[in-house]
Amino acid sequence: MATGISDKVAILGMGCSKFGERWNDNAEDLMLEAFTEALGDSGIEKDRIEAAWFSTAIEEQHVGKSGIPLAMALRLPYIPVTRVENYCASGSEAFRGAVYAVASGACDIALALGVEKLKDTGYGGLPQRSRGALNDQFWANASAPGSFAQLASAYCSKHGISAQDLKRAMAHVSVKSHDNGAKNPKAHLRNKIDEDKVLNAPMVAEPLGLFDCCGVSDGAACAIVTTPEIARSLGKTDLITVKALQLSVSNGTEAQHNSWDGSYFMTTRKAAERAYKEAGITNPREQLSLIEVHDCFSITELVTMEDLHVSPEGGAVKDIMDGFYDADGPVPCQIDGGLKCFGHPIGASGLRMIYEMYLQMQGRAGERQRADEPVFGLTHNLGGFPHQNVCSIAIVGKEGA
Amino acid sequence: MSVGIQAFGGYVPQLRLDRASIAAAHAWFNPGLKGLGKGERAMANWDEDAITMAVAAARDCLGTNSTVELGGVYLASTSLPFQDRQNAGVIAEALLLGSDLLTLDIAGSQRAGTSALSAALAMAAGGGKPLLVTAAEKRRARAASPIEMTTGDAGAALLVGEGDGVAKLLGRHTKAVDFVDHYRGQDEAFDYTWEERWIRDEGYMKLVPAAAEAAMQAAGVSGADINHFCFPAAMRRVAGGLAKKLGIADEAVRDNLQANLGEAGAAHGLVMLVHALEEAAPGDNILVTGFGQGCDALVFEVTDAIKTTRPEVGIGGYLKRGRTETNYNRYLAHNDLIEMERGLRAEMDKQTGMTTLYRNKEMILSLMGGKCSQCGTVQFPKTNVCVNPNCSAVGTQEEYPLSGASAKLNSFTSDRLTYSPDPPAYYGMVQFDDGGRSMTDITDVDPAVGLEVGMPMHLTFRVKDYDAKRGFRRYYWKAAPDAAAKGD
Repeated sequence: MATGISDKVAILGMGCSKFGERWNDNAEDLMLEAFTEALGDSGIEKDRIEAAWFSTAIEEQHVGKSGIPLAMALRLPYIPVTRVENYCASGSEAFRGAVYAVASGACDIALALGVEKLKDTGYGGLPQRSRGALNDQFWANASAPGSFAQLASAYCSKHGISAQDLKRAMAHVSVKSHDNGAKNPKAHLRNKIDEDKVLNAPMVAEPLGLFDCCGVSDGAACAIVTTPEIARSLGKTDLITVKALQLSVSNGTEAQHNSWDGSYFMTTRKAAERAYKEAGITNPREQLSLIEVHDCFSITELVTMEDLHVSPEGGAVKDIMDGFYDADGPVPCQIDGGLKCFGHPIGASGLRMIYEMYLQMQGRAGERQRADEPVFGLTHNLGGFPHQNVCSIAIVGKEGA
Repeated sequence: MSVGIQAFGGYVPQLRLDRASIAAAHAWFNPGLKGLGKGERAMANWDEDAITMAVAAARDCLGTNSTVELGGVYLASTSLPFQDRQNAGVIAEALLLGSDLLTLDIAGSQRAGTSALSAALAMAAGGGKPLLVTAAEKRRARAASPIEMTTGDAGAALLVGEGDGVAKLLGRHTKAVDFVDHYRGQDEAFDYTWEERWIRDEGYMKLVPAAAEAAMQAAGVSGADINHFCFPAAMRRVAGGLAKKLGIADEAVRDNLQANLGEAGAAHGLVMLVHALEEAAPGDNILVTGFGQGCDALVFEVTDAIKTTRPEVGIGGYLKRGRTETNYNRYLAHNDLIEMERGLRAEMDKQTGMTTLYRNKEMILSLMGGKCSQCGTVQFPKTNVCVNPNCSAVGTQEEYPLSGASAKLNSFTSDRLTYSPDPPAYYGMVQFDDGGRSMTDITDVDPAVGLEVGMPMHLTFRVKDYDAKRGFRRYYWKAAPDAAAKGD
């Protein structure tokens, strides 16, 4: 009987590059920047790393395929490198690979590194690209904002909430993330905004305006993981361990079966329930200290608050407007600025979320440090579209908590 | 053995370009166009062409869930999307007509529509299954040319076969004369046109009467017996002059729809015939002509069956359901008559794998879904494993066509980021009333009305993407609001 991942793997070191428009850096430069920080943090030599997982999602825009780009960029000593891709949840997949490798006993120390270099397309937003030979012949001509925007029409219809009230709560989500991002020196967007600015911004995909959408960024993030015993043998104390790693992948029910109403994420609900069980969390609203969710769009963050069972169903608008998820609220969400402001270099994002939890739990988050000492942190990393997606949830926390 | 028209239908695109907007744009260059700058002309949406309009007209004629077995499908047009890939074959796939039929493109002349009808009636006289004659036209015209003003985009469809039907064929005749009033050589984008006065005096006034008189003689009727005279040309006052010459009463001359549609090229004779059938009474005689390197003339007698056989919408219905477009630039863009900055996102390669398309043609061209023989769940696309979470049976999917299914909108957006030839791009989750759903493109959205959750939708066959690099275009089914199509 499987016992889950809780407390079997500890984070030995983490690193994250500055996110943003890194016009003068290649993906390899970003990888090295994140890795150098992580390696220094871990206190080990590079040759102690026995295996690596490398995540990128839109590799044709930068490094190309395979694990080779990571091995070459870091001059890894001919160790196994696996390249993973799972839409925007790719970074969490790299972490899962490395953590499972350590937990299985197959290796002592493993590396997870994610990178994306998106600002070489010549235009803003994610690259317009093929979705597959047959998909291109029948899928809607959909962008990411247009796909996620539909949550709003379905949510309003289901909960009988007016489009104006929903839009205002969505605006609060973005204003809050900009407030938080302003305090993060590595964030892509560090400007504060107000509700009026969000509400009056040009429309991208109804009802998502410019400030309802996250930035598209260049960046890399990295984790080095090992067993708690080895971490202690290397002189580490107050370990941050992995409590849960869950992934849920759509099987076509949302896209093809009329049981889904379009207002929530089936995957998130399933992954969250399994993750809480794995971590031994029974009341997420009370027990979670911090959450970092996949706020690709303001509406995604809003419905995710319910899918994670932190807000009651239909109650996210009230919680958001009450400041429940603000940096000084009971459960801060996106205390680092989130995808919205820290930025969204796809392959790195899942690892960036865990990086923030790791810093906060060690009291190393600088100006944005949460005053109450965090115990459990949840990261939620989503890829695809509401009607067919992959959802990864990780919970990290203090060892033994 | 008599032959006749068994069913009829038409299609006019939703957009109607205000001609004054065309005249205003060109007034600096050719103020003379102002005389033509009245009324509206039908304007195909960016995702419509002769094939899609013919499919729409055929569905109007046969009904959206027709199971009629056909002996053939003809498509008449001088604006066929493909020079070498049978265009009528695409229509047969879209209409789920199976593969045991004759598909045929008829082109090369403005009388292609009436010639196709004449040929089909001749073939029907030999017995066998009924034949579907479709005609559709989206003529390209140079900016500031008279035909930019006088033409309009539309389609028509007629089911012909043994028996009197709604309109029994009484007689027909064709005069084939190489009278070149205009022409368009191979690889030329636009027509080259000769002087109007010559076309009128030597063409219309001489060739049409010769063909019409011969057809009426074959039919055993005289001009005085004709209740509906369809002369599908835009030129003013010609039809009246011809009627006078043929002894046809002035009130029998049918409206050439110049005020609200325009002349739909090779399709226009059939468009006018369908419109006449919509308004005809039992016993009426209809004379329809088609002019182009000679003239076709056909005489029909309307039967009692006209009282019960109606198109779903009809030309008259579609004419009432237009939306005025006052932006001439949109017409230029939709017809590729202006070099637009379409942005880097438009550069995405749209190559279509012929193997992929062929393997999935029922799904793509016919919108074929599946229904589980075990649990009854409908799904799209049809796959090997049932989508019902409580079933998941393998290999139980039976074919279940969805192109005629009624549907409602579950969620939607209007997207200004993704590349669309007509932003914003509308799309959403469209749920079929009897099961199945699809995240799909939505077309013909009236921005003044917009979309809302729960809105009734129907499916329409459209161009999904143009591959300008290779001259290919992909077809697929899109959703459209019922309100837009039905004008409620």
